Amino acid sequence: MSRYLLRRLVTLTITLFGIMVMTFFISLVIPLDPLAALAGPQAPQETVERLRTLYGFDQPLYVQFGRYVARLARGDLGVSFQTSRPVFQDILKFFPATLELATFAILVGVALGIPLGVLSAVYRNSLLDQFCRLLSLIGVSTPVFWLGLVLLLIFYFKLGWLPEPGRLNIMLLEPPRITGVLLFDSAVARDWEVFGSALAHLVLPASVLGLVGMAGIARITRSSMLEVLSQEYVKTARIKGLGEFLVITRHALRNALVPTVTVVGLTYGGLLEGSVLTETIFSWPGLGRYMANAFLTLDLNTIVGGTILVAFTFCVVNLLVDLLYAFLNPKITYTES
Amino acid sequence: MITESAPPALDLTEARRRRAEARWRYLEDTYVLWRRNRLMVLGTAIILGLILIAALAPLLATHNPYEQILNDRLFGPSATHCFGTDSLGRDIFSRVVYGARVTLTIALLVAAISTPLGMLIGIVAGYLGGVLDEILMRLADVFLAFPRLILAIAFAAALGPGVENAIIAIAIAHWPSYARLARAETLNVKNNDYIQAMRVLGAGKARIMAGHILPLTLSSIIVRMSLDMGTIILTAAGLGFLGLGAQPPMPEWGLMVSDGRQFLVDQWWVSTLPGLAILVVVMGFNLLGDGIRDVLDPRQRQA
Repeated sequence: MSRYLLRRLVTLTITLFGIMVMTFFISLVIPLDPLAALAGPQAPQETVERLRTLYGFDQPLYVQFGRYVARLARGDLGVSFQTSRPVFQDILKFFPATLELATFAILVGVALGIPLGVLSAVYRNSLLDQFCRLLSLIGVSTPVFWLGLVLLLIFYFKLGWLPEPGRLNIMLLEPPRITGVLLFDSAVARDWEVFGSALAHLVLPASVLGLVGMAGIARITRSSMLEVLSQEYVKTARIKGLGEFLVITRHALRNALVPTVTVVGLTYGGLLEGSVLTETIFSWPGLGRYMANAFLTLDLNTIVGGTILVAFTFCVVNLLVDLLYAFLNPKITYTES
Repeated sequence: MITESAPPALDLTEARRRRAEARWRYLEDTYVLWRRNRLMVLGTAIILGLILIAALAPLLATHNPYEQILNDRLFGPSATHCFGTDSLGRDIFSRVVYGARVTLTIALLVAAISTPLGMLIGIVAGYLGGVLDEILMRLADVFLAFPRLILAIAFAAALGPGVENAIIAIAIAHWPSYARLARAETLNVKNNDYIQAMRVLGAGKARIMAGHILPLTLSSIIVRMSLDMGTIILTAAGLGFLGLGAQPPMPEWGLMVSDGRQFLVDQWWVSTLPGLAILVVVMGFNLLGDGIRDVLDPRQRQA
C-alpha cells in the first residue's frame, strides 16, 4: 500500500510539473501583451521596454520558466487584473460559494441517483426501469446552461416560487463572514431571514448540477446492482429466508455501492472546481464564474493560477478516490505493479 | 502403413466465397441486433435526421438565416415563423436548421482531429514501449489532469474566440483518452502469434502498426468516439454560449441560447428552442453510442 502511495505521489509530482509547463505554454500563446496592458495604451515605447526588463520578459524562455516555477512554488499566483487582488486570495474568497453549491448539488445527486439506480436494477426492464434510464439519459444529454435558463423561466419568472439568480436577496446584508458559507454564517449569527434566502437561492442551481450528477450516479448504481444481484451470496441470503427488502439493502446494496462511491467522489471533486456554465447562468459568485470572467477578459494571472489550482485539486481528488476505493473494497490491493 | 494424405489444395474461389459469406452474416447479425434495440433505432433516426437537415438546409429553411428584418424582431412562433424571430428579426427555425451544419461540422472535425492523433500516439507508445511510451503517457496524464471543459475553455480563450479555435481546443481536450485506449489495446495484441508471425516474415514496425495493430484497435476507438460525440457537442455549445466558440452571426445553437437570454421572460422561444435542438441531438448521439457499444460487443453476438 505505502509503495503504491509513493508511486502515485511520484507520478503526481511529474504531472504537476507538466501542468506548470502547460499553463506556461497557455500564457505564451495568449494573444495579449501583458506589458502593454500594464503600461496602458498611451505609454511610450521606452516605458514598455523598461517594464519588459523589470518583469524579466527580455530573458530567454527557460529563465522565464524557471522564475515562473519558483514563483508558483512560493504559492505566489500573481495579481488578478479583474480585481487587483492576489489570485490566491480571490480564490479563497470565491471558493465558499462554490463549496456550498457543490455540496447541495451532490446531495441532490445522491438522494435521487442511488434510489433510482437501485429501483431500476431491482425492477429490471419494467416501466419504472425504462423511466429511470430515460431520466438519466436526459441528465447526461442536457446542456446545463439551457436547463438553468428553462428552470429560471418556469420557477422564477412564470411561477415566482423561487428567487432570482444570485446568492442572496439584494435587500439583505451578508452575515459577518466566518467561513464564507452563507448557510453556516447566518445560522451562527441567528439571522434566519438570510438563512432562508440563501437556502431558496440554492435550490435551482443545486438542482441543475444535481440532475446532471444524478444521471451518472444512477447509471453506475444500476449496473453494479445488477451485477451483485446475480451473485451466489445474494441467492444464499434469499434461500435462508431473508425478506427481499433486507436482501437488497443489507446484502446487495452494500457491495454495489463501492463503485458508486467512486463516481460520487469524482463528481463532487468536479463540482468543487466550480461549474463555469451553471455559475454564469445563476450569477453565482463562485470559482466557476470567476474563472469564466478571467477567460473572457484574458486575465492572464487568474487563468494560469486558477487553472493550476483546478488541475491540482482534480489530481488530488482522483488520488483520494482511488485510495477510498481500495479501503472500501478489501479485495483490491495496490501492492502489486 | 502410413499413407501421406496431402492437405487439400487451397481453393481460392471457395475461400473467397466463404469469407464473403461470413462478412454477409456479420452484417445480417448487426442488422438484427440493431433492429432489436429500439432506443438505438431512435438514436439512428435522430442522427440521420440531423444529417439530412444539414444536407438539405437550403430547402428546409423558410427564410435566409442571416437576413435581419428589424421590423419583424421578436415575433412569437406563428405560421410564417414557426419558431419565431430573434432580436434582429431573423427567423429562428431557419437558423436552427442551418445550425445543424455547424454542429455536425464541429463534431466531425473534432473526431477527425482527435481520434487519429490519439490512435497514432497510443499505438506508437504501446508498440514501441520504453522511454517514448513513458514520455507520451506522462504527457497524456498532464492533459487528463485538467477537467475537460476547463481545458477546452482555457485553450479556446488562449487561441482566441472563433469556431475553428473551438474545434482545436476541444480536440486538444479529447485526444488523451483515445491515446490511452489505443495503447491498452495495442499492449493486448502486440505479442499475439499472428503479430509475431508478421515480425518473423520481416515486416517493419511501421507496417505492423499501421496494417495489423491499427485495425484491431479500431472498434473500441469507434465505440469511445460515438459515446464522446454528445460531450463534444455539449462542450462546443457551452463555448458558444460563453462567447468563446462560434461568433455572431453564425447560427450556432449555444450562441443562440446565449443571445436569447435577455429576452427570456417575454420571448422565451429565442433561447429555449435552439437549446432543445442541442438536447435532442446529444440524446441521439448518446443513444447511438450506447447501441454501437452493445452491437460491437462480441458477447452480445453469441446470443
